[in-house]
Amino acid sequence: MSEPRTLDVGALPPGAFGSRSLMWWGTMGMVLIEGTVFALAIGAYFFLHTRLPSWPPDGVAPPDLHWGTINTLILLVSLIPNELAKRAGERIDLRGVRVWMVLCLVFGVAFNIARVYEFSHLNVMWDHDAYGSIVWVLLGLPTTHIVTDFLATLVLAVLMFIGPIEERRFVDVEENSVYWYFVVLAWLPIYGVIYWAPRLI
Amino acid sequence: MTGPRELPHAAEDLAMLELTWSEPGGFSGWLHHVDHKSIGRRYLVTAFGFFLLGGMLAAVMRLQLSRPDNTVVGPDLYNQIFTTHGTTMMFLFAVPVMQALGIYFVPLMVGARSIAFPRMIAFSYWMFLFGGIFLYVSLLLNAGPDIGWFSYPPLAEALYAPSKRADVWAQLITFTEVASLAVAVSLITTVFKLRAPGMTLNRIPVFVWAQVVTSFMVLFAMPAVMLASTALILDRLVNTHFFDVEHGGDALLWQHLFWFFGHPEVYIIFIPGSGLVSTIITTFSRRHMFGYLAVVLALVSTAFMGFGLWVHHMFATGLPQLGESFFTAASMMIAIPTGIQIFCWIATMWSGRVVVKTPMLWMLGFFAIFVAGGLTGVMLAAVPLNTQVHDTFFVVAHLHYVLIGGAVFPLFGAFYYWYPKITGRLLSERLGAWVFGCFFVGFNLTFFPMHLLGLDGMPRRVYTYPAAIGWGTLNLAATIGVLLMACGVVLFTIDAVRALRVGVTATDNPWGAGTLEWGTSSPPPHSNFLRPPTVAGREPLWDNPPDQPVIVGLRADVRDVLVTHVLDAEPDHRVEFPDSSIWPLITAIATTVLFIWSIFTPWGVVYGAVPVFVAMVGWFWPKIADEGGTQPWPIRHRTLQRPREAPSPGGAI
Repeated sequence: MSEPRTLDVGALPPGAFGSRSLMWWGTMGMVLIEGTVFALAIGAYFFLHTRLPSWPPDGVAPPDLHWGTINTLILLVSLIPNELAKRAGERIDLRGVRVWMVLCLVFGVAFNIARVYEFSHLNVMWDHDAYGSIVWVLLGLPTTHIVTDFLATLVLAVLMFIGPIEERRFVDVEENSVYWYFVVLAWLPIYGVIYWAPRLI
Repeated sequence: MTGPRELPHAAEDLAMLELTWSEPGGFSGWLHHVDHKSIGRRYLVTAFGFFLLGGMLAAVMRLQLSRPDNTVVGPDLYNQIFTTHGTTMMFLFAVPVMQALGIYFVPLMVGARSIAFPRMIAFSYWMFLFGGIFLYVSLLLNAGPDIGWFSYPPLAEALYAPSKRADVWAQLITFTEVASLAVAVSLITTVFKLRAPGMTLNRIPVFVWAQVVTSFMVLFAMPAVMLASTALILDRLVNTHFFDVEHGGDALLWQHLFWFFGHPEVYIIFIPGSGLVSTIITTFSRRHMFGYLAVVLALVSTAFMGFGLWVHHMFATGLPQLGESFFTAASMMIAIPTGIQIFCWIATMWSGRVVVKTPMLWMLGFFAIFVAGGLTGVMLAAVPLNTQVHDTFFVVAHLHYVLIGGAVFPLFGAFYYWYPKITGRLLSERLGAWVFGCFFVGFNLTFFPMHLLGLDGMPRRVYTYPAAIGWGTLNLAATIGVLLMACGVVLFTIDAVRALRVGVTATDNPWGAGTLEWGTSSPPPHSNFLRPPTVAGREPLWDNPPDQPVIVGLRADVRDVLVTHVLDAEPDHRVEFPDSSIWPLITAIATTVLFIWSIFTPWGVVYGAVPVFVAMVGWFWPKIADEGGTQPWPIRHRTLQRPREAPSPGGAI
């Protein structure tokens, strides 16, 4: 039997950013799963909407706008340090990564606090009726999201300070930012549903 | 890059490579395994164990129904048994066993050293195992779910199901969905990023395509049932009103969410089955798959259509007629891609040289049974007939014909087909014929009479019936059939255990197949391929020229894996994969505590999240600074390219 030829892959780089990396695909898997949950929850909201004669039901005021809107703005502005952290990661710029991740975390603290106020301004409890139930779940799902993403970012940021630091951690920084984008962008339709659907539809 | 070069693998290199990829021994080492072959094996064995348990429950039901006014079990236990049977077969057997085959074989069939995210696969296994144990311990404690495998409210609401039984069902769902979502993400990433160079999209084996398509379906379908079961638990635990009509909720919301998952679930089970059929038929027809492109497109279109016909489970709920017509049309349309596949299989056999070994017997059985089940499926798509036989044994007959025909027959074929690859031993051909005979005859004897019983009006889920109604004979026949099936399964199990020690030793490629898993030894080495392959055709072992390049340059001292491009599988970069780890198990234990705790108090979610968080940090935290694969800090010259830099040329294969 003749010896096969060889394909030498030894010179290939030990990792890659963006959609070339495995981490990106894992992150996108999470995005698809959670995006589907959100879409179905919104679907459930409008399904229940058709079951009630008035929406929100009589005697229930729509959620107060201010905290939700403030929080949306905080989330949107947090995309700036997030993008800068992503770019610093892609430059393998440890200092930049540290600075911008810490700033992301500051925003994280802010929007988690604002979220607490959001819950107290929904103007309905979850056990009041189906409207209250779905509104609490619709706000609860992205809250789970921002809390877990905040914690994940926190762990990664601590790692970037106290090490051990390897080059591939910067791919994690990049993917963390990609996920942060998703957390923020997925919030926008839910914000629209919780705060504007009862007013406009 | 390619060239007639001396292979640099010296013997000590290979020894080190195998040491690098080997997993720790002993029981505590066993808890650390992350190797996809090890996890895949235990996934298969565990799922088969649940198949035996679910089968025993079925046998108890059949004994109870074997004659009128029977008293083997009472109505309360009967309710728990049929619910646990359905739940086991769907969530603990059919889906996991197909994914288990994916875990074991997809990396081998695409020529990869590992599955993507191996620790997540280990985590998935533990979640699956703990979920199953949780269900069966509950059943033994007389807390088995008793509300049917689709757990309809209002029956499943706290008012009518005040005990914890319905919560057990709802949390079992969470366990198994977490497990199968993790597998889906891993498999998709494996297939898109870890294929052997040269395995372009149009050379991916049909079984691997089936696994990818199924994984995408899992991503979109499972969230629906997770959302639904969470809402159910919330209704029961903290008084939300999703399904409570009195407070503006609607039980139909449950049905929509459940069947938005539940119908695709059928295809999540059947599509891997059809991938198995394509694989086995190709091998035993000794020719390439006829109509490869048509078959792959049929799988993809089945997946899309599978999401568009859930309402046919709800025809009896009085939905608008226009909606019903739409879903009737969709339900009939999905027969088209399945028909295309069947014709392609027939054409493959017709134009090939068919060798009838045991795996092929199961394929022939599959044809007979699955086509019969498909025909009753088309019947059920029609609203008038559907309404007439709704909730009767006709539906029971139909669903067993499609699911056992479409999944279990291909699966047994796959057991016979791949057993030698997994264990290095062959199963007995002679016993195999007996197993098949018992199962095939027993199956038809069990389920064919159910068509007649259903048309005659016998409802599902009744624990007995009066003698005067005249259903005794057919029911007795069905019970005898189950005993015959059980004989087949017991024979198979004995043979599978026996062959481990005394089976005929298998060669690397006992069936003369063409896909990559047969290109390595039986069982495969720790590193899957001592020399990772490249690919020049759809059936590489048939199509590759003798001097087809093998891959060199991957490190032997770390778990170095080659990552390739999505479309054309050109080499892109290397990634160092993780070693064995205890953290997936610890994380799974913490998650299990959270899930079970949450049945009793909502605070379980809050407090239970703390150990989960700690475990995940332990999982994520790097063990030691890496010395080699990636640059240790400080980085003297960067090795990672920027995202928008051109990827390095992979070289033509």
